Amino acid sequence: MSPLRRLLRNRDDTQPWKGGYAPYDLVKEACIAVGVIALLAIVLSVLFSSPDEKPSTIGQWSRQLPVDFATTAISELDGKSGTAEYGPPYNHESGSVQHFLFLHPQRWLGVSHPINTAEDYVIGPLKTVPDDPALQRALAEYQAAPESTRRAWDAAYATPLEEYAAAEEEGKPLPKTVSVDQATGTVSVQTSEAGPVPTMMASELSLAKSGGLDGDLLTSNQFFQTDYTEPLLFMADGGLLEKRAEQQHLLGEQWGMMNETGSYPGQVWLWLYTFWYQIEPFKSSASGDLDVMLVMGLLSALFVCIPLLPGVRDLPRRLPVYKLIWKEHYRSV
Amino acid sequence: MLNPTGVAVLGAVFNLNHPAHVVHWHFIDLTVSNVIVIGVMLLVFALAIALPFPGAARRRGGAA
Amino acid sequence: MSAPTTEKSWTVRVREAGVAALPPEKLLPDSQPTYVASWIYVFGVASLASLAVIVGSGMILALKGPAWWHYTGVGHFFNSIHMWSVELFFFVMVVHLWGKYWMAAWRGGRTRVWVTGAITFLVAVPCALTGYVSQQNFDAQWISTQAKDAMNSVGIGSFFNLTNFGQMYSYHVLLLPVAVIALVITHVLLVRRHGVVPPFELEKRALAAAPPPPDVDGSPSPASPMAGVRS
Repeated sequence: MSPLRRLLRNRDDTQPWKGGYAPYDLVKEACIAVGVIALLAIVLSVLFSSPDEKPSTIGQWSRQLPVDFATTAISELDGKSGTAEYGPPYNHESGSVQHFLFLHPQRWLGVSHPINTAEDYVIGPLKTVPDDPALQRALAEYQAAPESTRRAWDAAYATPLEEYAAAEEEGKPLPKTVSVDQATGTVSVQTSEAGPVPTMMASELSLAKSGGLDGDLLTSNQFFQTDYTEPLLFMADGGLLEKRAEQQHLLGEQWGMMNETGSYPGQVWLWLYTFWYQIEPFKSSASGDLDVMLVMGLLSALFVCIPLLPGVRDLPRRLPVYKLIWKEHYRSV
Repeated sequence: MLNPTGVAVLGAVFNLNHPAHVVHWHFIDLTVSNVIVIGVMLLVFALAIALPFPGAARRRGGAA
Repeated sequence: MSAPTTEKSWTVRVREAGVAALPPEKLLPDSQPTYVASWIYVFGVASLASLAVIVGSGMILALKGPAWWHYTGVGHFFNSIHMWSVELFFFVMVVHLWGKYWMAAWRGGRTRVWVTGAITFLVAVPCALTGYVSQQNFDAQWISTQAKDAMNSVGIGSFFNLTNFGQMYSYHVLLLPVAVIALVITHVLLVRRHGVVPPFELEKRALAAAPPPPDVDGSPSPASPMAGVRS
């Protein structure tokens, strides 16, 4: 027999058991198991309870980090936010579209949850603000302007904010072109070339601080709503969720996929999913998510098929852990 | 009863609502609680296969 | 008492097939082979027990709706039981998996037992994920906005939208638990059908490893017969 055939040959010589039997009460064992597990769960609950970190709202975000909110809001209007440039299933851009060789599943499934960030996050909600003729004039002026003019206005407002964010992140002195009134929480951006955008952004911040934007983004299509995609993506484009996540060791580079908030045990069973993200080439790949999902899909299929895999299926016979498990049986033979 | 983060911790003897301590080893970062869970799993597995199972006399009677 | 028929009804066919595959004494035996003598064997029933506690505590949470546990002490307590029973479930299920691997429990025609068990684990993972994104707290916000990228990358983000609470709650409370329970029932029935896997044969390995004794005239003898093998 060739070495390959010897390797592939299934050496399963297991015969049906013809030996002795001993009384074994399965139902009693099951009842005891349920009692023990229930008691364990109750004891752990009494000792440690469970975590419940309150969710962030757009209102909180705009009050706690007004500059970050304003920076995100202008990027949504300008079409330069993470969501605006994401790609399917939200829009036809390509900022976050992943592929592997000839596999483009993200493109194939198309835009099924369309989000127009400028309209859905800024213009639409601002149009619902009542009794503010200055705002409505600013909106009308913005929408009537040609595309190139709008982009120029957006950039004039966004650039100082981006410089402020960069300086803050690098620990450098903050530029004076952006200021926050600590008493009112309003943000002022020094620019004379932003047209009606400063008026729009001031109203956007005010609407957010009042809590109106939370409700607006959730019920924009219908009264009863359970789809939080729009408000969640808006918040995820900003810095508040990430800031809280970093404090709770939930970031990707902190192996956060395995972790729970606080000091509670988390999802230990996700260790192999998060492991790949920590090493190359997955770590720096633009398609890291797809790469990891493909690897885990393959490994999962192999896991299911272990009985068919030469070598892997033979390891238990070669490494005699079984001698410990069946030590009483082998002693009696 | 509320802890400083405003989260209700009702009846818990030990408050785990504080930032986790983390074990760093090369590029591996695991929270202490996850390390404990993994360690206890390995220990329980080792004990399960090593410790004798009650009822040996009954099984010897069955094998006869 | 069945009515006299010349052709078996579907009911009779199903009943006879079921009873043939799993007669009552095989479905609920009151004895086990004598080699079932290790604490590792309790981790299968512990996995079943954990699942029962998860479903029971989940039912209480479902009775009062998804927001209840955030504003009552009793609700928070049942949420704690649900969370810890999930931790216990994965704990005992993985120890059970380790034991079954080192026993090579797929032997003797038990491949489907292994397959159903492995798939149960793989389905339990997204079942837990849908639970985590249904918590309606910061953890749910973070997990859904992060994990959505993985779902979108493989093209399922459009019909498995982690940021759609209503959809995720439905998957978590009904669809995925039904899948897990159906897989577990299949897995357990297959174990009952095939029995617990017997130990590896030690003596045959020893015989296979040892050289055969020479004949009286000094020439090598044929390979030894299967002496001492428990059938």
